[in-house]
Amino acid sequence: MKIHEFQAKQILACYGVKVPRGEVIDQAEKARAVAEKLGGTVVVKAQIHAGGRGKGGGVKLAHNPAEAVKVASEILGMKLVTHQTGPEGRIVRRVLIEEGLDIARELYLGLVIDRVTGRPVMMASSEGGVEIEVVAAERPEKILKEPIHPGTGFQPFQARKLSYGLGLDAALANQASTFLCALYRAFEATDASLAEVNPFVVTRDGRLLALDAKMNFDDNALYRHPEIAELRDLNEEDPLEVKASEYKLNYIRLNGNVGCMVNGAGLAMATMDIIQYAGGRPANFLDVGGGANEEQVRQGFEIILGDPNVRAVLINIFGGIMRCDIVANGVVTAARSLGIKVPVVVRLEGTNVELGQKILRESGLNFTVANGMKDAAEKVVQLAKAS
Amino acid sequence: MAILVDEKTRLLVQGITGREGTFHTRQAVEYGTKVAAGVTPGKGGSTVDGIPVFNTVAEAKEKTGANASVIFVPPPFAADAIMEAADAGIPLVIAITEGIPTLDMVRVKQFLAGTQTRLIGPNCPGVISPGKCKVGIMPGRIHLPGHVGVISRSGTLTYEAVGQLTALGIGQSTCVGIGGDPIIGTNFIDVLRLMADDPETRGIVLIGEIGGSAEEEASAFIKAHVKKPVVSFIAGRTAPPGRRMGHAGAIIAGGKGTAAEKIAALEAAGITIAPSPALIGETMAHALGVRASSKS
Repeated sequence: MKIHEFQAKQILACYGVKVPRGEVIDQAEKARAVAEKLGGTVVVKAQIHAGGRGKGGGVKLAHNPAEAVKVASEILGMKLVTHQTGPEGRIVRRVLIEEGLDIARELYLGLVIDRVTGRPVMMASSEGGVEIEVVAAERPEKILKEPIHPGTGFQPFQARKLSYGLGLDAALANQASTFLCALYRAFEATDASLAEVNPFVVTRDGRLLALDAKMNFDDNALYRHPEIAELRDLNEEDPLEVKASEYKLNYIRLNGNVGCMVNGAGLAMATMDIIQYAGGRPANFLDVGGGANEEQVRQGFEIILGDPNVRAVLINIFGGIMRCDIVANGVVTAARSLGIKVPVVVRLEGTNVELGQKILRESGLNFTVANGMKDAAEKVVQLAKAS
Repeated sequence: MAILVDEKTRLLVQGITGREGTFHTRQAVEYGTKVAAGVTPGKGGSTVDGIPVFNTVAEAKEKTGANASVIFVPPPFAADAIMEAADAGIPLVIAITEGIPTLDMVRVKQFLAGTQTRLIGPNCPGVISPGKCKVGIMPGRIHLPGHVGVISRSGTLTYEAVGQLTALGIGQSTCVGIGGDPIIGTNFIDVLRLMADDPETRGIVLIGEIGGSAEEEASAFIKAHVKKPVVSFIAGRTAPPGRRMGHAGAIIAGGKGTAAEKIAALEAAGITIAPSPALIGETMAHALGVRASSKS
């Protein structure tokens, strides 16, 4: 799960990570009071779940309270397009107003789980303010890494290694060690999957602060962090994906016109791939779960058909232990109750597959029964092109 | 011979009294798996279909001689269940549970490092040696005893591949689902090593997907150590970056972990790629050559 920058900074601050003074607002007029309180130059930052906000015009300086109101009114409500939002962009609903800082150096800090070692790893780089992926690709030697032992956690000596490695002097390195330890505490205590401070800045008056902050959380652990689950912003997600998540379905909207409903994530990805292999474009990823009961199939249909681009639907169920006649009955009932108009290709595999196919054929509905994935993909792509 | 599970496996089911646990225990017994015991804390002394249930894994192991455990415990308690099995000295633990928090698995992995226990999964379909032993949630009837090993990060996509092999008359020695989570107990290389050494396994199907670099690491290992034909399919060529495709581990992050990168690494290691998920069986048949036509 993703959260906004201002929320990440609030969480980090609770664990002792130093962040700039600031306040989040949703109406431009409120910028005046915030700017007056902060004093001097302020930074107005659009709050959306995407990077590249500065380049897209979502981060601006204001030198006085009146200018802060003007800048905030320009940013609030704008459709911010960045390289991470796609061409449709995101509507800015809130801005964070922060004190302007006199910056001497921009560094980078990041915490992730390293899949190879199965441990968290703290990364630090002197190349702050740019995307870490770019640094990793072009100058990997500029990224320092400290793997963290889960039994002991992040140790002060590791913080010192990184701090001195960043070229900080003794006074700053001391401060940085405290900062890094606090960052790890926040990461661990909240079951984060990512905690990134980029840039991690050194000010001319010798302070270290998180100028920007990003935190993502492990969806599997949200059950034990209800206070973080509450920070989810549905405005940042596709409405169909929000609806799917209410049904506990794994749905991701894509830009093709062949809808697909599959049981199991790997098979769902493979089904998208074979649709493309057959010359079509998948409209979505949808995993209805390893089983696939009537209710799940009905909800899956509802979500897929909520996308107006869908011209045909492919249902690919490898029943395994499930009986195909039961799956078929579910598909028929769901299609009837929703009055489905688009052609539907069904591929079933499992026990009683012939009986399941018979139920589909005799339903009187617009079903095409397929044998195997290849046949199914070719049929659905053809139907999508024809309709 | 097969690997990991066979006729000598005496299975313990953790979470046997739950809906999934009971259902899949019955499926396993029907397939011929020797289920020795079940564990559900608080239900010790009861039975499920005549299988004795114990409060602790240690007691279950002592009384029944169980030598493998399968875990159907809900996510909040699954990490604890895995560690309990390892503490009791169960050499093989297969965790089916989906949705275990990543940091729990970080700690589990550390805990296991000092033990003799091998963990398969979590978030996996389990392990089957066709005709001998089935531990997990895979449908037994699609399998055929034979000589191709199957390793996969996926569940139903593995069934798809196995179904294709069986339809072509190509049997399987052992099929191992290693799991779709970012942190898993046993990786591709661990299983490849076992299959490379297994005289019964003559060819290997490796099913990967986007996310992480396990396929790239497997490529290097295969090139250096595996002399048997290997066929691979990577799911997620059409997956968008930055989105988690169902499995917690299936995500292209920072431009890394794409299907294209993985396919390139596998091809560079001389591994044959099935271009379509419908062609996994055929590609393996082709790689095995004569052996496939004689029904492996």
